[in-house]
Amino acid sequence: MFAVIQFPGSNDDRDMRFALKSALGVEAQLVWHKERELPPGTNGVLLPGGFSYGDYLRCGAMARFSPVMGAVRRFAETGGPVLGTCNGFQVLCEAGLLPGALLRNGGLDFVCDWVHVRVEQAAAPFTSRARPGQLLRLPIKHGDGRYFAPPEELARIERAGQVVLRYCAPDGSPAGAANPNGSADDVAGVRSARGNVMGLMPHPEHAADPLTGGTDGLVILGSLVDKVAAAR
Amino acid sequence: MNRTLREPHVDAELAREHGLSDEEWKRILEILGRTPSYAELGIFSVMWSEHCSYKSSRTHLKTLPTTAERQPAGSVGTVLVGPGEGAGAVAIGDGLAVIFKIESHNHPSFVEPTQGAATGVGGILRDVFSMGARPIASLDSIRFGPLDDPKHQMLLRGVVHGIGGYGNAVGVPTVGGETTFHECYRGNILVNAFNLGLVEADRIFLGQATGVGNPVIYVGSKTGRDGIHGASLLASAEFGEETEAKRPTVQVGDPFTEKCLIEACLEVMRGDALVGIQDMGAAGLTCSSFEMASRAGTGIEMDLDRVPQRAAGMTPYELLLSESQERMLLVARAGEEQRVLDVFARWDLDAVVVGRVTGDGRMRVRWHGATVVDIPVDPVAQSAPVYDRPRRPPADLGERQKLDLASVEPECDPQGALEQLLDSPNLGAKHWVWRQYDSLVLGNTVLGPGGDAALVRVRREDDTATGTALALAVHCNPRWCWLDPHAGAIAAVAETARRVACTGARPLALTNCLNFGNPEKPEIMWEFAEAVRGLGEAAAALGTPVVSGNVSFYNETAGRPIHPTPTVAMVGLLANVERHAVSGFPAAGLAILLLGDTREELGGSHWLSLRRGREAGLPPSVDLAHERRLHGLLVDAVASGVLRSAHAVSDGGLAVALARCGFSAGIGARVALADPLRIEALLFGESTGRVVVTSGDPQRLLALARAAGVPARHIGETGGARLTLGREHGAPWIDSELSRLAAIWSAAIPRRLEGS
Repeated sequence: MFAVIQFPGSNDDRDMRFALKSALGVEAQLVWHKERELPPGTNGVLLPGGFSYGDYLRCGAMARFSPVMGAVRRFAETGGPVLGTCNGFQVLCEAGLLPGALLRNGGLDFVCDWVHVRVEQAAAPFTSRARPGQLLRLPIKHGDGRYFAPPEELARIERAGQVVLRYCAPDGSPAGAANPNGSADDVAGVRSARGNVMGLMPHPEHAADPLTGGTDGLVILGSLVDKVAAAR
Repeated sequence: MNRTLREPHVDAELAREHGLSDEEWKRILEILGRTPSYAELGIFSVMWSEHCSYKSSRTHLKTLPTTAERQPAGSVGTVLVGPGEGAGAVAIGDGLAVIFKIESHNHPSFVEPTQGAATGVGGILRDVFSMGARPIASLDSIRFGPLDDPKHQMLLRGVVHGIGGYGNAVGVPTVGGETTFHECYRGNILVNAFNLGLVEADRIFLGQATGVGNPVIYVGSKTGRDGIHGASLLASAEFGEETEAKRPTVQVGDPFTEKCLIEACLEVMRGDALVGIQDMGAAGLTCSSFEMASRAGTGIEMDLDRVPQRAAGMTPYELLLSESQERMLLVARAGEEQRVLDVFARWDLDAVVVGRVTGDGRMRVRWHGATVVDIPVDPVAQSAPVYDRPRRPPADLGERQKLDLASVEPECDPQGALEQLLDSPNLGAKHWVWRQYDSLVLGNTVLGPGGDAALVRVRREDDTATGTALALAVHCNPRWCWLDPHAGAIAAVAETARRVACTGARPLALTNCLNFGNPEKPEIMWEFAEAVRGLGEAAAALGTPVVSGNVSFYNETAGRPIHPTPTVAMVGLLANVERHAVSGFPAAGLAILLLGDTREELGGSHWLSLRRGREAGLPPSVDLAHERRLHGLLVDAVASGVLRSAHAVSDGGLAVALARCGFSAGIGARVALADPLRIEALLFGESTGRVVVTSGDPQRLLALARAAGVPARHIGETGGARLTLGREHGAPWIDSELSRLAAIWSAAIPRRLEGS
């Protein structure tokens, strides 16, 4: 069973649960941020998008201190898969579970749009359903999505293959003007050194139904489901 | 003003300063049989303000149709709650209802654009979720002065940041809207915010304080000194030189608290502990408590010392009149209060029992052990003065409406005209605005901003879908309303219904936001009455009742009023979400048909304004019987699958409509027109009742149209990368790379904002 963490101000928590259930037939439970333990039988954790604690102070900066984050950290340390989308990505960076940080968009404004990303690492647990180099069309909606890491660290995570998704032009060429937020190296999603924690700014849960824009998000959510099924 | 415990001497002079007329002052003395306390004077002044009492508009508004025609109880379209509550409610089948309303936040947004617009969104959300509905879709209708004015560039940026900043954070998608510019808004911008929520039809909550002895509970943000007299002094008077000084009357929004409030309120409403609930909006604690008691025929006694306070030393006057945001007033079943308080505690929100419901019809407010307010509820809440203000057509109306088409110089550069229209901020792309709004959250957006109407899938709170969808459109053409407010209002209803029908949805009901100048001027009052008359006629003829609304008067600065702007938002229901039409051309090789007739109508058109510098004439006529047939045809044709796309011909006329149909997927068109009209009317005239549609089976569509009594012509084919538009023979009038036109259209707003 999946646990979707619900912080005060989480907005995409129910959407994530709905996408998992309606498109992949997988149950997910909303877990209140004040819980100190994950529900028994949790085998995947999702940190949803939204504005936890209103994004006051700094995106994700308060959510990392929520009681549940201790349990999420322990779950990750045992190798459990943890996926953070948008605000969830910001929380994972603030919590030190992922490298780098997410800064105010280069254009300063909030951006809601559909973008293309290229899958740089096609591997379990988050992108096993993708072909290497596959393009995904996913929506973004954020004001603070500019990925940043100091040059040495960025080089290190690039070498280590931790950059999983990169913004690109619709034909797969380097993003250029199609980089929606000024992210360093066009980084849209990264994973931890061990590979079991991933964060991305795009919203796979909002690309899970042809009626509402497409199904490319299921490449990511489906990979996670496959991983959990295989581990069972 | 009064920061000490010593209160000012209350007399007629002070009442005048509070915006109360001498007549109204006398009435207060009669009701009380004594001189009011300072706090009581404050209460009367806000409750009887134009903003809260609708004293100038009420006689006209009561003429509007507010119930659906022929309604088996509970069937789709039944009006479950009409005007007078926080918002209107309409049944949509499957045991569900939608709750919706549009509301203005014009004056605050001009004074402080980001917070003014943000709190406008917050307020309309509370009107909706206070009735038990989860807010699922927002629209905005925003209007500014000319975009080359740096002040209005700043206002546009601020308002969009405010709407986006609040809506995005609170997790409710903004799925559509309109952004327009006109000289008449230079001194008064308009910010109209719409929200729609979804609720189980038998779980609608009302703002009523029923049950003597029941606890009255205050929840949400603490009360501060912000927004005192926002309703009475800011929204109920013209702007003059001192506008800047009014900034303290604008409230500050906190979307995070609102998000928690939504979740906590909906959680409380799932049980049976709650009997009534209302937003503390305009006039805050005063308005909510008086209205709730009045609707239930009860009274309330309240202890102000228990109200959570942000500032020290607040007086009763300040506590009662504060418009601090994100606050609600609840009435719970006696004995259930702890269950209610526990839910709010879980969300880290303040929740305090501040009083009880009483049976004597009086409002009694205590503070520091003393009674500071003791007045009867109904005379304040229901017996506000009603004015039938004098009306007179504007002296220059005949001049405005004069347009001799023969004297209008013909268009000799149709291609240049099309490019100029596409480049104008009014007709240009609005992506700059929409990209700043989250239109996707909640995961139900089938058609987002930019089409004729937004389309939102209906999904219950337990995540089960009904297979239906809601179509939403908002529109008004203020120039038409200035030329003829009656015809302009009819056109606004017709156009929003037409746009809703373009998705395949049946128009159900509407809400309106009536933005006008100073109603004490007979010319403004005439415009208002004419617009309301038009609204009522059109709503009745199209079978779309008015279920909620809002009036914003005094949109006037230094004697210059805005154009009359009765903004209409229409809601429709699509029976099968899998079968819907899009606005743009979906594929090459489809037949293009024009439904409806083009007439030689150029009055009030964008072409006339941009190419000839004139705003004159009569707006295009509206044939409401034709509209109704047209909407029915669209619904049937989409359901039968014969219709692939539909786009209403509106601002800028047929040439602009065809170009926009091509932009969405980059698909060109060859179109030939046969009507014997002058080309300005053919290409750029804005005759109503027309829709550009595509079909793979034009013969079948033509047959359907014939059967429905709707004129239809096969005018061209989709395909290629050019838009070619002309007579059947001879050189085309317009023959352009679509990508070139798209680039002009896309840059219309961004290029004007560059460097600002």
